[in-house]
Amino acid sequence: MTALRRAPLVAAAVAVAALACLPLVYLVVRGAGAGSEAWSLVLRDRTLALVARTVGLVAVVTTAATAVGVALAWLVVRTDLPGRRVLGVLAALPLVVPSYVIALAFIAAVGPGGASAELGLGGGRWVYGFDGAAAALVLATYPYVFLLTAAALRRLDPSLEEAARSLGRSRWAAFRQVTLPVLRPSIGAGAILVALYTLSDFGVVSLMRFDALTRAVYRQYQSLFDREPAAVLGLVLVALTALVLLVEARLARRGTARRPGRERPVAPVALGSWRWPAAGFVGAVVGVALVLPVAVLAWWVQRGRSDLPALGDVASSAGHSLLAAALAAGFAVLAALPIAALVARRPSASTRLLERCAFASNALPGIVIALALVFFSSRLLTPLYQSLAVLIFAYVVRFLPQALSGTQAALLRVDPQLEQAARGLGAGLLRTFARVTAPLVAPGLLAGATLVFLSTMKELPATLLLRPIGFDTLATDVWDATAVSSYAAAAVPALLLIVLSAPVVWLLQVRPRADREGREPSPAPSSG
Amino acid sequence: MKRLLLCLALLLAAPTALAACGSGDDGDDSRTLTVYSGRAEKLVGPLLADFERRSGIDVKVRYANSAELAATIGEEGDRTPADVFFSQDAGALGAIEPQLAPLPAATLEQVDERYRDPQGRWMGVSGRARVIAYSTKRVKKADLPDSIFAFTDPRWKGRIGFPPPNASFQSFVSAMRLSVGDDRTRQWLQDIKKNEPVLLENNIQTEEAIANGEIDAGFVNHYYVYELQAEHGDDFPVANHFLADGDPGSLVNVAGTGILKTAKHADEAQELVDFLLSPTGQQYFATKTFEYPLVAGVAAPKGLPAIESLHGPEVSLGALGGKLESTLKLLDDVGLGT
Repeated sequence: MTALRRAPLVAAAVAVAALACLPLVYLVVRGAGAGSEAWSLVLRDRTLALVARTVGLVAVVTTAATAVGVALAWLVVRTDLPGRRVLGVLAALPLVVPSYVIALAFIAAVGPGGASAELGLGGGRWVYGFDGAAAALVLATYPYVFLLTAAALRRLDPSLEEAARSLGRSRWAAFRQVTLPVLRPSIGAGAILVALYTLSDFGVVSLMRFDALTRAVYRQYQSLFDREPAAVLGLVLVALTALVLLVEARLARRGTARRPGRERPVAPVALGSWRWPAAGFVGAVVGVALVLPVAVLAWWVQRGRSDLPALGDVASSAGHSLLAAALAAGFAVLAALPIAALVARRPSASTRLLERCAFASNALPGIVIALALVFFSSRLLTPLYQSLAVLIFAYVVRFLPQALSGTQAALLRVDPQLEQAARGLGAGLLRTFARVTAPLVAPGLLAGATLVFLSTMKELPATLLLRPIGFDTLATDVWDATAVSSYAAAAVPALLLIVLSAPVVWLLQVRPRADREGREPSPAPSSG
Repeated sequence: MKRLLLCLALLLAAPTALAACGSGDDGDDSRTLTVYSGRAEKLVGPLLADFERRSGIDVKVRYANSAELAATIGEEGDRTPADVFFSQDAGALGAIEPQLAPLPAATLEQVDERYRDPQGRWMGVSGRARVIAYSTKRVKKADLPDSIFAFTDPRWKGRIGFPPPNASFQSFVSAMRLSVGDDRTRQWLQDIKKNEPVLLENNIQTEEAIANGEIDAGFVNHYYVYELQAEHGDDFPVANHFLADGDPGSLVNVAGTGILKTAKHADEAQELVDFLLSPTGQQYFATKTFEYPLVAGVAAPKGLPAIESLHGPEVSLGALGGKLESTLKLLDDVGLGT
């Protein structure tokens, strides 16, 4: 790379990183400038209770989702579980279902007035509150742990465990003392994703009427003329998120480097009489997380009460969702390119810092980004206020890290010597890029774009706050219909969300990946 | 591989072009109007669509809670894109009075002066009463109290619900403050909170919660039950109970409109207000949303007590707006806001 090329690249990268940090910086400035009244509103017992509730939810969901994810991964990868191949694919699929759709399905199935009540089986208030929110979030997030742990288990060198066994350790002791420590980084990474997801989740806690911080921020925004308390409360949420990231940094430092052991087929653990109960367990998890939502939603649509939405309205919302997701995906990848290129080609402390800065926004809950952008655009960017541009900007900031992970992995695979060879043979800059670099990085870029596309389709809080007038999306349709307790009206857009996202996930997950090594785009969290 | 790159380029180019076209039809030749509606799309969507058809005006609507929209208009100030604020209650309209332009006398005089701003900046277009909605399956009418203050009784513990984000609820609290004072209101709110009410998002959700057995009674406006009966059939197991005359819980309020001073489409805005007051609009409120028409000549919905026979607390609707902001703070303070 010549010096001539580097300057604009650095400029572009710095610009992107700065833009990505903008919402956070603005919120901090607003929060710091907020009057003492706003702060005293926040610094009271109720906020403490709010924080305690949120932390409690995060702890329970993270623990349960990790347990479920690890158990499923072990059963599917290491045992003679009947139908483990199929179950292995199915167990990852709940990723397609937005978490608030799982919550909606719970309510529509067993909530008051839900399907079980309609069938005379009774339904209850219990789905609302902590229990319902935790259950829905566990089912929505365990796939993160499952995918990462299953991948690690597949890469595991079985000879370690075999050595322990031959030295007289029981199977459980060998797992605990040998296998688990090797898996710990992957499990930890999954657990962090779950914790971040839960912390930033807005859709589930709102539908389940559980007062977590995200919901409180939204309520404060809605219910007070003075919007500064909402900003200050948003900062509390940011602080909690930073805490989770600190834990992550700790874990990452402690994680042992994985020995590049040899992958080889290993005799599956015989479950014996536990085979069928174990299969039943996996089946039950998949059933509740995947089959139940789809079945319940289909049931409501088929009941076809008067409140089914008009076809034209749903189509227009679907169009908006696709448009916004495509724009966000495209711009996110474009924005990721300069940073990824710098980090791949010029790894240094300063380029790492740029990367960190871009990643920082990932930890920002959608509601916080949205709030910051509402303030910012209404005061300083008035021509863009309530425009699609601001909404897309929010998506790009929120999901930039997902684009980065794919892009960076792709760029790392391009040998600069290839480009130099092309230049040496007389090809111009553009031609080199088009003929050599682009084809090599395209799959990674697409992977990044796909992740952003999927996340945008599901995104709820930023869309709610920033959507231009009349710009209904499938996600907001679900939200609006639930607000008037209309399950049938919510079911149509919810099903459509799943149907439109599923092929994209298939592209990402099931399509054989030729290049497995290197940094795989991780299933980054994106809560609704 | 080239195809992949092409895909990416298309991914970016196509929607950008689309979006550009989409925003292009904001052109001046077509008439447009931006409405901030605090009334639910489910209730007034068809009416606004009808107006769109008849007038040829392209109506853009932002739906949200009335108080939230009032706060938004306040924050947006002179830059607000709203031409008309169609509020669910008088309090939210009153809260942004300084930003509203006076309505022509001929428009104002179509409704009784009780139902409009004394200075003519906003006016009611339909009337509603606060009621107790109750489950006809689990509550005997004889067991229902005459006063909203009686719902703090422990026998209602866990059985009641209401929507704090709803503007009509907020105005009811403002009216209570104006009629019995802030201390007693705060006490009532704290006592009600001890009864573990289910807090809902809006009136429809409250009615549905009564119907599906989540709660036994709720504090709502009178018309939702009729609307839901029309939708679900007459066996919708919820009915209205009117509280005693003068009780804060029997406030008679209006849904109304005001035109922003900064409206870029003031003529179209006036057309919408005229339409809402026209026989067509008033008929819609009487027959579709089961509210009281406020313009003479259109009959009230059948089966409802005449609006003249309803006597809420001695509170002027014009006084509600000034109380909204402090009512929201009070609700938040008591722990019913968030």
